[in-house]
Amino acid sequence: MIAYLGRRIVQSVLILLGISIITFALLYLLPADPVRQIAGRSATPATVESIRRQLGLDQPFLVQYGRYLWNLLQGDLGRSYIQRSEVSQLILARLPATLLLMVGAIVCELLIGLTMGLAAAVRRGSRTDNSLMVASFVGVSAPQFVVGLLLLYIFAVRLGWFPIGGYGTFRHLVLPSLTVGIMGAGWYARMMRSSMVDVLHQDYIRTARAKGLGRLKVLVRHALPNAILPIVAMVGIDIGILMGGIVVVESVFGWPGIGQLVWQAIQRVDIPIIMGVTLVSALAIVLGNLFADLVAPFIDPRIKLR
Amino acid sequence: MKKYLVSTVAAAALMLGATAVQAQDVDPNAKPGGEIVITYKDDVATLDPAIGYDWQNWSMIKSLFDGLMDYKPGTTELVPDLAESYEISPDGQTFTFKLRPGVKFHNGREMTAEDVKYSIDRVVNPVTQSPGQGFFASIKGYDEAAAGKSDGLSGITVVDPLTIKFELTRPDATFLHVMAINFSHVVPKEEVEKYGADFGKHPVGTGAYKLAEWTLGQRVVFEKNPDHWHKGLPYLDKITFEIGQEPIVALLRLQKGEIDVPGDGIPPAKFQEVMNDPEQKARVVEGGQLHTGYVTMNVNIPPFDNVKVRQAVNMAINKERIVQLINNRAVPANQPLPPSMPGYVKDYKGYPFDPAKAKELLAEAGQPDGFSTDLYVMNTDPNPRIAQGIQQDLAAIGIKANIQALAQANVIAAGGEKEGAPMIWSGGMAWIADFPDPSNFYGPILGCGGAVPGGWNWSWYCNEDLDKKAAEADSIVDPAKAEERNKMWGDIYMKIMEDAPWAPIFNEQRFTMKSARMGGADNLYVDPVHIPINYDNVYVKDVQ
Repeated sequence: MIAYLGRRIVQSVLILLGISIITFALLYLLPADPVRQIAGRSATPATVESIRRQLGLDQPFLVQYGRYLWNLLQGDLGRSYIQRSEVSQLILARLPATLLLMVGAIVCELLIGLTMGLAAAVRRGSRTDNSLMVASFVGVSAPQFVVGLLLLYIFAVRLGWFPIGGYGTFRHLVLPSLTVGIMGAGWYARMMRSSMVDVLHQDYIRTARAKGLGRLKVLVRHALPNAILPIVAMVGIDIGILMGGIVVVESVFGWPGIGQLVWQAIQRVDIPIIMGVTLVSALAIVLGNLFADLVAPFIDPRIKLR
Repeated sequence: MKKYLVSTVAAAALMLGATAVQAQDVDPNAKPGGEIVITYKDDVATLDPAIGYDWQNWSMIKSLFDGLMDYKPGTTELVPDLAESYEISPDGQTFTFKLRPGVKFHNGREMTAEDVKYSIDRVVNPVTQSPGQGFFASIKGYDEAAAGKSDGLSGITVVDPLTIKFELTRPDATFLHVMAINFSHVVPKEEVEKYGADFGKHPVGTGAYKLAEWTLGQRVVFEKNPDHWHKGLPYLDKITFEIGQEPIVALLRLQKGEIDVPGDGIPPAKFQEVMNDPEQKARVVEGGQLHTGYVTMNVNIPPFDNVKVRQAVNMAINKERIVQLINNRAVPANQPLPPSMPGYVKDYKGYPFDPAKAKELLAEAGQPDGFSTDLYVMNTDPNPRIAQGIQQDLAAIGIKANIQALAQANVIAAGGEKEGAPMIWSGGMAWIADFPDPSNFYGPILGCGGAVPGGWNWSWYCNEDLDKKAAEADSIVDPAKAEERNKMWGDIYMKIMEDAPWAPIFNEQRFTMKSARMGGADNLYVDPVHIPINYDNVYVKDVQ
């Protein structure tokens, strides 16, 4: 177990290193010149070159990357080109909002998705099953931008139940969580259904029923723990998907998370922020996967970590 | 109540001068107090006047800081601000400003001439990485200071605590405007040194408001500076800028009465709907903007090296129809300068929309069957749609323009290469003047100085004769000769239209929507310098 953990941590560090090189290289190769964004349109070529030197952007790629890595190892993500503040500060200020939205989204996904999947599996082939699966399909396919605006229009503008965007209270959290959650819920519903259908066909379920256990008891005690296993693994992986989806939703709802930060940074070629957010997201994904793997043996003793 | 005196007669006595008793009027209808909410989609990048250079923070910085000069609210008329008066030497190379006494920074310390010098030295110092460095190039000692070889500009002298003198290397008619742009706004040295690169998040100035709160990604709050030197201003106690609000969400909130001004304007998709509703339309203020949208034709890339081809393009584009494409949020343009800019030639008719004549010109240029080329455009709405309109018009005379829709930075990069982009539609990157002076549309975008790799002169048009004329016009410093100077600039732009490196398409109009409770003259809501609104001079009508 310890050896496994050690190996996985080394792997994770290597993955992060790889991501940092690839992202840095991609941003380096970008035809857009960050210095021009900083210098603005009235700057003379001399000013542009002077800023380039100040930032060390006149150096060859390896020198630039080496410097970045050296600072990174000391916990320094650099300063934003446009805002001039420390990237770590900008990210830290926004991280709680993103984490909160993630938790909200995961709760929504699981609540809606698992319930739908369970109901569909139990009544497999029925009209309920069919309509739930169509609904999950719509949930998965609908663009989050549209879902967000739709929810906003119905529940905030028309009905006035929730505030129109913003951040701060529980009521602010509901609609954005739901928007992100609806997509994930569609996936979970489908996963849960197929997983449950599989399990319900197993011999031990028939045995449990045969020995006289009630339908509900079989479902909760015997079927659910086995059916839910792949789902738990998915929550870990889901963190990565959420990281991506949250960018859009944060923009629609004015949610002050890191998705919004990186979206703005991309528009302005603010490379230190793009790098910083990419690395933080990558870290979240790596940790999420690690979590999923570590948790698996607790749920299913057949899985051994080696 | 205007008591602004200009003594041009003094020119004969070797001095030009101006005295201001009260730089700005106080509105007798305004009641002080109350607060407003402004929304924005993007973060406020920085509130450091040496760094901030986007239209969002530009006007916010103006409310926190002051410069020696400013503009009469809602107009493009220069008036002294932190300066009480100024003198210009007859050769136009020495400017001496008398400072207003008793002006205090938000930290309580009195502002002096040393601070003015420090602030400008700081912008020119390469360590600051200021985008505004080049505005001060006419001051003596600029080259050494900008290269980091000297501590400051040798041309700036603190005569006494309330007098500062600028010596220039050439007469510069735009110098008073330069003293009004944000980059010359006055900052206190001790605060800049205390916060270092984070000064932009902890701004301290002399302005009408001071920063009360900044929660990253959520809001920026300004509160009234009770010790502001301009008695009676500002009217509002507090302004809250809420960040991260999509324009469409901001509009919904405005309709519900939750906010007062959506800073990003009315979203294009909702524009018609708002304007068709009389109640909402009444709260929209329309005004001109120092903006021109244009198509550049790269004179290095055949066949645009032929003036007839460029003229043909000018005649092929139906500007009226393109204006309709964007719901009439603009007026057709026929010259580089926008109509509200001094120097604009009113009786110039421009190239008529005449596809038949355009085809003839193409034939004369040896392209009777037209040709194929690339039209670069920024990839956000409405620019690709506008490019399609231009594409159709060009197709009618046989020019097949392939649209290259790219991210803003990539279009800019292509434009800055000598043979990078044959044609560019400037939308989303178009020139908006830094200050209301005709010279501002020339140098970087039409002059030889901008026709360099990485420059903004995307047509790569370089006419040395015009560069000379421009320098000549800018050496006319005497405000009494402003008309003569504007005329010279008008002539320069007329010559450019003959050579046709651009096809000017339209001048965008500004539409600012506000809540019903907001008061103050309409021109404060479409102020040419303060975008979207002049925070210092607006007020609310519902204070008790």
